[in-house]
Amino acid sequence: MSELRYLLFLGCTIPYRVSSYEVSARKVFAKLGIDLVEMPDFNCCGLPVDPADHEMMLALAARNLSLAEQKGLSIITLCTGCATTLRKVNKTLKENKELKTRINEYLKEVDMEFKGTIEAKHFIQAFKEDVGFDKIKEAIQKPLTGLRVAEHCGCHLLRPLKIMGYDDPEDPTVLKSLIELTGAECLDYTDEAECCGFTVIAIDEKVALQLTREKFHNVKKAGAQALITVCPSCHLMFDMQQSRIERVFNEKFELPVLHYPQLLGLAMGFTPEELAFNELRVNPSKIFEPMKVT
Amino acid sequence: MTEKTEVTKDVEPIRLDPSFKYEVMKDHDAETLKICFQCGTCTSSCPTARFSDSYRPRTILRMAQLGIRRKVLSSPTLWLCTACFTCTDRCPQGVEVASVLRVLRNLAVKDGQIPHIYSELASNIYETGYAYKIPEQRHRKRAELGLPPLPKASLDKVDKLIELVGELRLIRSKEGH
Repeated sequence: MSELRYLLFLGCTIPYRVSSYEVSARKVFAKLGIDLVEMPDFNCCGLPVDPADHEMMLALAARNLSLAEQKGLSIITLCTGCATTLRKVNKTLKENKELKTRINEYLKEVDMEFKGTIEAKHFIQAFKEDVGFDKIKEAIQKPLTGLRVAEHCGCHLLRPLKIMGYDDPEDPTVLKSLIELTGAECLDYTDEAECCGFTVIAIDEKVALQLTREKFHNVKKAGAQALITVCPSCHLMFDMQQSRIERVFNEKFELPVLHYPQLLGLAMGFTPEELAFNELRVNPSKIFEPMKVT
Repeated sequence: MTEKTEVTKDVEPIRLDPSFKYEVMKDHDAETLKICFQCGTCTSSCPTARFSDSYRPRTILRMAQLGIRRKVLSSPTLWLCTACFTCTDRCPQGVEVASVLRVLRNLAVKDGQIPHIYSELASNIYETGYAYKIPEQRHRKRAELGLPPLPKASLDKVDKLIELVGELRLIRSKEGH
């Protein structure tokens, strides 16, 4: 049995709109020998309702954590929002006895209990801590030499530092190193840590779209041919909303936005089709030319 | 004289509620409100503040400390926090800025101020277990893409939990919408 065994917590945004992320992630995880167990019966991580009702978020997250405890496996996520939420609730309930007792009183009503026996992490953290860079390097068959990209970690991959803690949010290196393992060059650009804007788009569209637009400007200015994301919500803002932003501001960006597993998958030798590139809104085919990917 | 009367009518004294900050600090995440010394690192680090003319985290924290309860809780700008946590990570005093702002939004909901989107998200979770209503078409597409079927959450259990802990006015009644 593989040591790299996790429960996959998909969350809501990926099955709702971002299948390309899930398809490509499952392919590269399998290649790396990561054994994924489907998480039965999960519910929303809780993050979407936190601004309105923290207690509801705590209960929803705690139920997911308890389900994983029953399976005896730690959780791996593709969504940074799910990762930060499950990590935060896991840590808080482990440390705050009073809160743990209160939440367990609720969970008891649905025959569950939070014990604090598992961990939850985003796959980028798992790549660093559990899989290791060497193993990823060994899996590279077609280095993406000549490709220049930029990374967008997204806020919740790194913050709050107290909860995430495995990389420096002011000068992150983990995703950059993982990108460079594929042979692609990862460029620095202005305001790399700036938020994608997703969380406020339903409240103030103007603020959200301006944040995204500024990101495009900075990434293009650095000369990147594609933007690499590790979160479905950031990806929705940059890929799905890109044509809308082009219309609103009357500008052209034509910036392909790839999930990191798509980039890694290409370097592992998977075809664009196998990695669901056809599901992307912004056509990425022009980036293949210098790499001779067919 | 007429002019003077009209001006006076428009002036409303700000009502201070000295107990407000204690109400906020009752939440385990917001105890640090009291140590904010108004340096403004939060506002200068805030992605929203760059593009909004009205959203200023430092100002909101000061208003909360002073007890300007009604104005803080009824302000639509309260909802402009992206929850990026840059303010929290950079605060030199260790104030949990983003969490204090979250507590304020939770209190606004208790006062009946609920932006439509949050009501929709909570209702979706109540009805499906997920934050979005995933259409049947997406389930079929999963099979086409070779993805395993999406598990269904035990709705009776999720709903029981929500009914036990939740601010139920968030949930739109099924009949009403």
